[in-house]
Amino acid sequence: MTVYLLRRILQSFMVLVAMSIIVFVGVYAVGDPVEILISPDADQLERERAIRALGLDLPLWEQYLVFVQRALQGDLGRSFVFNEPALQIILQRMPATLELAFGSMFLSILIGLPLGLYAGLKPDSVASKTIMAGSILGFSLPTFWVGLMLIMVFAVQLGWLPSTGRGETATLFGLQWSFLTANGLAHILMPAFNLALFKISLVIRLTRAGVRETMLMDYVKFARAKGLSQNRVIFVHVFKNILIPVVTVVGLELGSTIAFSVVTESVFAWPGMGKLIIDSINVLDRPVIVAYLMIIVLMFIVINLVVDILYSVLDPRVRLEAKA
Amino acid sequence: MTATLEVRDLRTHFFTRAGIVKAVDGVSFTVERGKVLGLVGESGSGKSVTGFSIIGLVDPPGRVTGGQILFKGRDLASASEEEMRRLRGNRIAMIFQDPMMTLNPVLRVDTQMIETVQAHQKVDRETARQRARDTLGMVGIPSPDERLKSYPHQFSGGMRQRVAIAIALLHKPDLIIADEPTTALDVTIQGQILAEVQKLAAQTGTSLIWITHDLSVVAGLADDVAVMYAGRVVEDGPVSQVLDAPLHPYTVGLIGSVPSRNKRGEKLRQIPGMTPSLLSLPPGCAFQSRCARADAACRQDPDLFALREGQRARCFHPHLEAIPA
Ligand SMILES: Nc1ncnc2c1ncn2[C@@H]1O[C@H](COP(=O)(O)OP(=O)(O)O)[C@@H](O)[C@H]1O
Ligand code: SF4
Ligand SMILES: [Mg+2]
Repeated sequence: MTVYLLRRILQSFMVLVAMSIIVFVGVYAVGDPVEILISPDADQLERERAIRALGLDLPLWEQYLVFVQRALQGDLGRSFVFNEPALQIILQRMPATLELAFGSMFLSILIGLPLGLYAGLKPDSVASKTIMAGSILGFSLPTFWVGLMLIMVFAVQLGWLPSTGRGETATLFGLQWSFLTANGLAHILMPAFNLALFKISLVIRLTRAGVRETMLMDYVKFARAKGLSQNRVIFVHVFKNILIPVVTVVGLELGSTIAFSVVTESVFAWPGMGKLIIDSINVLDRPVIVAYLMIIVLMFIVINLVVDILYSVLDPRVRLEAKA
Repeated sequence: MTATLEVRDLRTHFFTRAGIVKAVDGVSFTVERGKVLGLVGESGSGKSVTGFSIIGLVDPPGRVTGGQILFKGRDLASASEEEMRRLRGNRIAMIFQDPMMTLNPVLRVDTQMIETVQAHQKVDRETARQRARDTLGMVGIPSPDERLKSYPHQFSGGMRQRVAIAIALLHKPDLIIADEPTTALDVTIQGQILAEVQKLAAQTGTSLIWITHDLSVVAGLADDVAVMYAGRVVEDGPVSQVLDAPLHPYTVGLIGSVPSRNKRGEKLRQIPGMTPSLLSLPPGCAFQSRCARADAACRQDPDLFALREGQRARCFHPHLEAIPA
């Protein structure tokens, strides 16, 4: 396991290096921030001084080395716009996005797993067919449209839920969280559900397929032949087997959920990283864009690693291969 | 004394889109206490479905549509699901064909054994674990304490089948249905497991239904044998009689196709043709399309005629003459 872990961490590190180069070059190619940042009235001397101060006069590879050198010290550059460390700006917004993403993941499991289980166990019932039809909607309706509909119905017409912002927050580990207050929870419910819609459908389909496949296995029949109760057969023998693909996929989805919460954050004016990155791209705030992308890359890497480890905890066969 | 199991005119049909598959269609046999019944027949003849009918685990779209399954006098065909659950794995156990598939890959062996103990007895985990360990030792698994903590994939096929057998033995059942348990294993391990099960069943007074397509397996193991063809018993009787003086042309064919029974150099005589589709059985004897003795009479349905003491065959032209050695 240790060797396996070390190897995985080394791999991850190399991915990180490769991605940092791609991100850096990519963002460099997108446009020149000088035009946006420095007022057109500035004379040549002022321009050059500003360019030098931002480090934009160096060749690309030197800029990259400077970036890496600073990054290793935890400095991902200063935002051109806010004149604050980019990392700090992003980290300030991170709790909002994280709790939105985790909230939606929680909802997708809470809703998707039981529905998928039911649809898998009683595939021919009317309820199951309704569930499956619903899951197609979840896949195909555009997120922003569903978000707007949710606001229309639950905020505007029924007035049950607030439509924008994070609501009241409480402090935990020195950060602000909405899910700790009732008001905050009311605020997070709709955006989290909106973001979860796709994943709920995914979990339903995965669970249903897994249940149907597993129910046919000899070991399930053998479990029943042992005289186990139906509950034990389903919730231990079947469930433990379908948990593997579900955990893997939902876990891997976490990264893209965070990365693509942009739409939901915009619709619900949720002050997270997604909204920040949109704003930053508009003004070509290069350090913030680079820092954001690096954080996302890092997050994907960490999530993959954690999912792999979880996977090996759930599936003993993987554990053994890793040992060998 | 009532027999451990008496199956009377059992019918298990599958209601598929293509039509009704009469996988088991009027099967009867008796297993006395402590005896071994060999249930023999080619693949697809309905042996497994018979076994699953007895423990009440026929997969949809199949169901038992008629007959009686008298287990120690009680008819299981009309028992409730909860009553069946209490019998399964407790009084009636089953061992499956493929040991690589019967144990749950993500649960440790101890979990899979302890849950079986606790499904039928209110005992604490430790007591259940000890019972599991002792039973593993009994079926010849070395260092059972350690092996309990292993996962199925850490065992060889033969060892996995021993685990499955141990699970079947946990509650010292009255009846074990062994569905081709050695078919997937290599020959030496087959022999070991066969001997082991025979010994254990004899020790505990357990009755056995040993399902196989291989008559040579039945020879040294069973007391009685029932030969199945297309969902019916076509011949039954004491094992020595059926093997030495088979009556039904199908049984004769089966015996001819067993390698060990043939003289060296002699060609194996396969039964020509294939099992007919159960969806469209012709009227009359189901074996007629493959039978050398078939004639016009065989277009009627033959009964199971008692032709010798204890030996019956479903045939109008049985091999009553002595078979040349
Ligand atoms: N789930 C099922 N659906 C439809 N037909 C089935 C099903 N299971 C078994 N059968 C039918 O029952 C027949 C007997 O099967 P089985 O008892 O498994 O034979 P075997 O003697 O090889 O154990 C098969 O030929 C098949 O047509
Ligand atoms: S009844 Fe006729 S066809 Fe059937 S086995 Fe006997 S001889 Fe052959
Ligand atoms: Mg079979």
